[in-house]
Amino acid sequence: MIRIVRRRNPSKGWAWATPILAVVLTMIVGGFMFAALGKDPFEAIRLIFWDPLFSEQFASYSRPQLLVKAGPLILIAIGLSLGFRAGIWNIGAEGQYIMGAICGAAVGLALYPSEARWLVFPLMVIFGGIGGILWAMIPAILKTKFNTNEILVSLLLVYVAEQFLAKMAFGALRNPDGQGFPGSRNLAQWPTSSNPELIAGTGAHWGVVAAIIAVLVALILMTRHRVGFDIKLMGVAPRAAAFSGVNTNRMVVLCLAISGGLAGLAGLFEVTGPSGQITDSFNQGYGFTAIIVAFLGRLNPIGILLAGLLMGLTFIGGELAQLMIGLPASAIQAFQGMLLFFLLALNLMSDYRVEFGRGEAA
Amino acid sequence: MAALLKIDSVTKAYPGVVANDSVDLEIKPGEIHALLGENGAGKSTLVKMMYGLVKPDSGQMIWDGAAYAPADPRAARAAGIAMVFQHFSLFDALTVAENIALGMETPPKTRELSRQIKEVSETYGLPLNPDRTVGTLSAGERQRVESIRCLLQNPRLLIMDEPTSVLTPQEVEVLFRTLRTLSDEGTAILYISHKLEEIRALCEAATILRGGKVVETCDPRQESARSMAEMMVGETFATPKRAGETAAGDAVLAVTNLSLPRSSPFATELKEVSLTVGAGEILGIGGVAGNGQDELLSALSGEVRVRPGAITLDGAQIGGLAPRARRAAGLCVAPEERLGHAAAPTLSLVDNAFLTADVREGLSHRGFIKWGKARDYAKRVIAGFDVRTPSEDVAAQALSGGNLQKFVMGREMMQRPKALVINQPTWGVDAAAAARIRQELMTLADDGVALVVISQDLDELREIATTFAALNGGALSETRPMWGLSMNEIGLMLGGSAGAAA
Repeated sequence: MIRIVRRRNPSKGWAWATPILAVVLTMIVGGFMFAALGKDPFEAIRLIFWDPLFSEQFASYSRPQLLVKAGPLILIAIGLSLGFRAGIWNIGAEGQYIMGAICGAAVGLALYPSEARWLVFPLMVIFGGIGGILWAMIPAILKTKFNTNEILVSLLLVYVAEQFLAKMAFGALRNPDGQGFPGSRNLAQWPTSSNPELIAGTGAHWGVVAAIIAVLVALILMTRHRVGFDIKLMGVAPRAAAFSGVNTNRMVVLCLAISGGLAGLAGLFEVTGPSGQITDSFNQGYGFTAIIVAFLGRLNPIGILLAGLLMGLTFIGGELAQLMIGLPASAIQAFQGMLLFFLLALNLMSDYRVEFGRGEAA
Repeated sequence: MAALLKIDSVTKAYPGVVANDSVDLEIKPGEIHALLGENGAGKSTLVKMMYGLVKPDSGQMIWDGAAYAPADPRAARAAGIAMVFQHFSLFDALTVAENIALGMETPPKTRELSRQIKEVSETYGLPLNPDRTVGTLSAGERQRVESIRCLLQNPRLLIMDEPTSVLTPQEVEVLFRTLRTLSDEGTAILYISHKLEEIRALCEAATILRGGKVVETCDPRQESARSMAEMMVGETFATPKRAGETAAGDAVLAVTNLSLPRSSPFATELKEVSLTVGAGEILGIGGVAGNGQDELLSALSGEVRVRPGAITLDGAQIGGLAPRARRAAGLCVAPEERLGHAAAPTLSLVDNAFLTADVREGLSHRGFIKWGKARDYAKRVIAGFDVRTPSEDVAAQALSGGNLQKFVMGREMMQRPKALVINQPTWGVDAAAAARIRQELMTLADDGVALVVISQDLDELREIATTFAALNGGALSETRPMWGLSMNEIGLMLGGSAGAAA
């Protein structure tokens, strides 16, 4: 008989081994899937994990893409992870990302064609954060005042934000010189507001810098600071947290503000950089994928950094594999799904252990 | 008379420890048999084998003349063995009746079951509303649910693990009458308790375990509580002593007309609670679980904020302060529920030391945690209170209940508060550790700390408290000196009788 028994002390070793094991298992099972589709599994895996970074043919294009994709994922996931640690489930980062981008872009466009980059760009960054925070305050206030469920409210507000985005792209923020085409002026091509690649060939823009700062700050916060301790405590033992002196409502507002603000910043850096303009299809699902990244990284800042890079890699590697050997997009999605599946399944091992043989309830 | 249950040289070993080593035990029909021993002596393992939760490595059990090896608790229940556990296995979100139905093979319709529950609860003096949600019940009321669940099965052997820790003396009397009636009807009772006076009053045979072995069998009626305690511990036993009767000093902690509306439909409303505790005084607050203990504690801890003037510490108004500010002012609190309230189960003892000791012990600076200092403090608590743990890095839930209680008590006491409020200081702690905790409380009082001890164990309060008040329905009786208060007067105070004030 096989039984699964809860560990009294969670295993630290397993906590670190599971993500690696999950990647290995994904490669093996994914390889079989690619073989079943009639593709060479070794080539497919190589195209996904190796070529985007190291192939002479593609790397010059795809290597910078890694940070472009991973940056916003990491930035958003760091914010979400704090809330998730405290048991506050912000599922609406996608909406906060959109609102941050709109808010920041609107401020910049209002000042067009100013040339005062020193003023306009920082102002846009600030308003990008504020836009995300304000959008996240809706679920926060509804939860603290009326005890609504933040999962539902934040998620549904994503769809409201998407409608608002379309309205803005076709309306107030539309480029007056754009011959009626939807979409705003290109913020990346306007020197005052652009968020350029900082080091040529790396893809690193200000959003990547912000992501790295967020990782470091979160790391210090969670391991060295009382606020991080309170977040953890509230997540694992809410009553003990209240007894210790954690103000639950203040924590809900704080966690939603941080995650909303970082999502808003990610949106702003995207709209001023890689995307360039507000269009009705501006958002690419970073806000949702970041939830996966947060869990893939076990809600740990360093883990999230690695998970963001890994997730970014499967995105660009997946595109490459589609292009090169005609792997269907759905197979790539299945591959990414496998990664999450194995990770969650193996996560069980850090809190539980498997016992073989005849057991008895003790 | 032939034995109802005979345990014959049963052994059970776990990795690293022999929980039961050739244990023999005989229970006759209708006998009230006490099982004694410190925590870790092997009592739990032994009754778990009887109840089909654990299988013995060797030896055999004979039930009613036939070999007995229950595969699971269902088989044990079918044979006629029922058990009231010390730790409850109840679902918070379900009602009392639903919880009881879950434990039954063929539960009757809810209305019929509710009627049966009411009937049993009245017969046995365990008041309980079948429609209440278990999540809103206090520890004492939850135990009643477990007791009633067992009594509904009409068992031939009833195993009771620490059943009276939450009852008033009058209720204990009612329970004992019930148990004696059951015994007269031929039901055997295996009674596990740390309260030796109760065992002397109730039981006619006792088996004493120490380190997994039967060290003694005796007739409790022929023994003294002290002699049985010594058999359990295996050494002569120091009873807590006060350095000297101290006259209460100036008022340190005062509560004035504290009223608190109920926070949920089944919580207790606090009504005009007033109390004063001086330096060196121990105010014992007695009362049955669910009479406002938790509410009073959360008002004192700061989890619930009240009118600033309702609580004063050294004359300063602290009723409006948050928990951390209250600790900074010098008021420390230890709640009843260790896991999940006083301590976070999955966090380490270092984290749990930081949980309340941050402010007073200076374990952080501008919010940045000094982990080295926190670790030192955890180590000092572990050493100072003899907490048995492999290291300070283990999760709180890995400790036994008694050890975690010692840790929680030590954590609050070693912060040198001006006033300390404790709910159930020795709940589920073995005799030696309980004596130790009580001794520490008295030493603290002698050092000039004002203490409030909320407890359902009246023997404990009589031993350590200098003054006594009773909580009943959210109202606190007037405070009276503990000295000279008879058990009968205490009972009347607990019952809310104004006549007790004479």
